[in-house]
Amino acid sequence: MNSGATYITGSCIIRHNRVYLNGSLLWEADPALELPEFLRAGYDRFSGQYPKFHKMDALSKLGWLAAEVLLKDTAIAALRPEQTGMVLSNRSSSLDTDLRYYATVKDFASPALFVYTLPNIVMGEISIRHGFKGENTFFVSPAFDTALMSSYPAQLLAETPLAACICGWVEVMEQQYEVALFLVENIQRPNSILLTEAALTALYQQNNS
Amino acid sequence: MADLKAQIIEQLNLQEVAPESIGDDQPLFTKEGLGLDSIDALELIVLLQQHYSIRIANPEEGPKIFHSVRTMATYITENQTVKA
Repeated sequence: MNSGATYITGSCIIRHNRVYLNGSLLWEADPALELPEFLRAGYDRFSGQYPKFHKMDALSKLGWLAAEVLLKDTAIAALRPEQTGMVLSNRSSSLDTDLRYYATVKDFASPALFVYTLPNIVMGEISIRHGFKGENTFFVSPAFDTALMSSYPAQLLAETPLAACICGWVEVMEQQYEVALFLVENIQRPNSILLTEAALTALYQQNNS
Repeated sequence: MADLKAQIIEQLNLQEVAPESIGDDQPLFTKEGLGLDSIDALELIVLLQQHYSIRIANPEEGPKIFHSVRTMATYITENQTVKA
């Protein structure tokens, strides 16, 4: 049994070609880089050795990269696979890839693009990378809903076998992108913050200049 | 076969694979080989259609055709439509 409290134990925000970990700027790429080049540069800097990355669509690459940064120095790997879940959201669903796929249909429909024409595939890619088998859900909403994203993961941690949940926002539409992932757990860790709507809103709005 | 290797790399987005690192007889779909998956197989079918105008009539031939770069090259040579 846990105490019922849920804590934000880590965050990774990537926007404006900058990567923030737990509120601190970790890396800043050339602002002129377009999204594909930025994602490749981020992969080279923070990961490498995962060739499947190059086959992903931009949405999966972005979420995967943020998870890579977020989870690097956490104790999440010590949990059983079914103890880590995910609740993600965005505005454009998989529309960026849907349009790219549609453009191929009149010639040769691309199987490689087709498999990314659902937004929840990003959670599958993160789960494959880290071995997660916990519950996951993807919401589509006009903006990052901090009320939902503070209450629903907390409910999952209280009422299901989950001990950790990655929640947040991962949005890609053409060159516009933003990802904000938060690791929430049912135990307190150093520098963790009690998960509330206000706390999540404050963290999301940090580093947004 | 060098051209075919380059086409495979481009079609499958194998950005960390050099054409010269793919052996002519290296299995394409085993972990010991190139480690391709079922989506890659579909992309190889598209490659044959796009570059060589070849449609595989019998899907059961797939494992034999796509065993290695050499088996693909042989199949292309035997089935390629000469374009005007």
